[in-house]
Amino acid sequence: MDMNAKKKLGLKEKYALMTRNLGWETTYEPMDKVFPQMDYEGIRIHDWDKWEDPFRLTMDAYWKYQAEKEKKLYAIIDAYAQNNGHLNVTDARYINALKIFLSAVPSLEYNAHRGFARLGREMRGVGPQVACQMQAIDEIRHAQTQIHSLSNYNKFYNGFHDWKHMNDRVWYLSVPKSFFEDACTCGPFEFIIAIGFSFEYVLTNLVFMPFISGAAYNGDLGAMTFGFSAQSDEARHMTLGLEVIKFMLEQDPANLPIIQRWIDKWTWRGVRLLTIVAMLMDYMLPKRVMSWKEAWEVYFEENGMALFNDLARYGIKVPDCAALIKKEKDHISHQAWNAFYTAGMITNFHTWLPSEDEMNWLSSKYPDSFDKYYRPRFEYYRQREKEGKRFYNKTLPMLCQVCQIPMLFTEGDDPTLISYRQIEHKGDKYHFCSDHCQHIFEHEPEKYVEAWLPAHQIYQGNCFAEGADPTAPGFDPLKSVLDYWHLDFGRDNLDFEGSEDQKNFAAWRQQATTN
Amino acid sequence: MSNVFIALQANEDSRPIVDAILADNPGAVLNEQPAMVKIDVPGRMTIRRSSVEARIGREFDLQEMQVNLISLSGHVDETDEEFTLSCER
Ligand SMILES: [Fe+2]
Ligand SMILES: [Fe+2]
Repeated sequence: MDMNAKKKLGLKEKYALMTRNLGWETTYEPMDKVFPQMDYEGIRIHDWDKWEDPFRLTMDAYWKYQAEKEKKLYAIIDAYAQNNGHLNVTDARYINALKIFLSAVPSLEYNAHRGFARLGREMRGVGPQVACQMQAIDEIRHAQTQIHSLSNYNKFYNGFHDWKHMNDRVWYLSVPKSFFEDACTCGPFEFIIAIGFSFEYVLTNLVFMPFISGAAYNGDLGAMTFGFSAQSDEARHMTLGLEVIKFMLEQDPANLPIIQRWIDKWTWRGVRLLTIVAMLMDYMLPKRVMSWKEAWEVYFEENGMALFNDLARYGIKVPDCAALIKKEKDHISHQAWNAFYTAGMITNFHTWLPSEDEMNWLSSKYPDSFDKYYRPRFEYYRQREKEGKRFYNKTLPMLCQVCQIPMLFTEGDDPTLISYRQIEHKGDKYHFCSDHCQHIFEHEPEKYVEAWLPAHQIYQGNCFAEGADPTAPGFDPLKSVLDYWHLDFGRDNLDFEGSEDQKNFAAWRQQATTN
Repeated sequence: MSNVFIALQANEDSRPIVDAILADNPGAVLNEQPAMVKIDVPGRMTIRRSSVEARIGREFDLQEMQVNLISLSGHVDETDEEFTLSCER
């Protein structure tokens, strides 16, 4: 790189000339008409010049470093594919984590791209415009590199074949999908607080740091590479999220209550979304770097709290939901795996029971909850498996109207009681997983009555295969829904034990290591 | 005082940067994880261009770090000479 960089301009001057000085006050049209989305959320900005850019990255440097990241990434991806790197993962069960990743995450990245592209146009200040435009390009790169990297697995394993179609339809995938769509349908300031601050700054470390480090630990060079490559952009995104919140708070004290409400809402939505990451870390990585609870303590309770302490001088408070989350950290990964294991007929990945060793690891990481509440359940399921009566849940769960997660969480103070809230709105009943989701609904019922809840839609008959006739004799509703999802019964779903993936992986690994 | 941190990919590009941080920031704690390193420092962390250059024997642009950066916390300030993370801006 820059072996002979002779700089004529210092970083600050170069940045000012090539970024900030590109903006101008319009004269043919008033500025308010050029940037019409800046007012309606109630956020008051008096002086866009007060915006401070954390990274002074100009477009030319941006392209240079991004190109370098891509070259590195594709060199590794090619080598990985050429060497059948997929056979080096610790255990074929791990590949199921990638199926969830592919069907959930690139679509989120793409929506992040759309959101930031819109903000690049709608933000009135040139500093945030440029930062949002860079982030928009980063996000589409994340979607593309994830799809490219994981396409290698689709050649060998089941369940990867139609991730975009599934993202729009499969029951549990409405959780990540609705999270981002609900953010994209906000105004520009709320979107950037939702995604730039609450998600990127407060929570994204919990997704990428332990999970991608976990991928590396499990021999998955492919996922490690796209993960770290995406994450290298994340530092910029996080600092944008932090700058945006400080800027808005410094501009006008009237912004505080609006921002506080957004932080409360989107931190909670983000934490709910991360339930699936908790499950990935505790149950789906054969070799574990740290437990969900440990990751939560480092990245939320330590780093997140430091952040909120720093923001306290603006009047920002730790989101209310923090108290409940602290209680839930001992439970959510186990409750989620329990839900997916029992729903193993309608998943686009395989499920299994943790081995004795794995259960011991879980006991050591969750001394206050695992042996008491969850081990007995898994032992009961194991007993049933032995008797040839593997338990599958044959009905569809009630979903939370806001986060769209099945009612699988328990009360903060009673892990044996499902947390369940119900209210009436204009003559209809709505259900919630928690007080926090209920409050979000109560504040914006017009938005959340529109939620497309997969379980409800299936029961209403909107999710059968094309041309299916539910009144025909012998009609099998489950089979028809799986057809509608493009999910191949017996290949993509059910137990890992006995699956085609398991057999193929064992046979190929055998071939790769013997003559 | 709370910590600020930086996380970098564990590779040859990062090694001199990590060494420079550890040398220049008293109280820095190195945490090695699979494929990555994380360094925590109480309050404030400074990465000096000159310290990295002294270790690699060539000119170095602090923005080269972008390629191997995984995550960070705190408020960023970036000049030609120094990259700083601090709890307060
Ligand atoms: Fe991204
Ligand atoms: Fe909910």
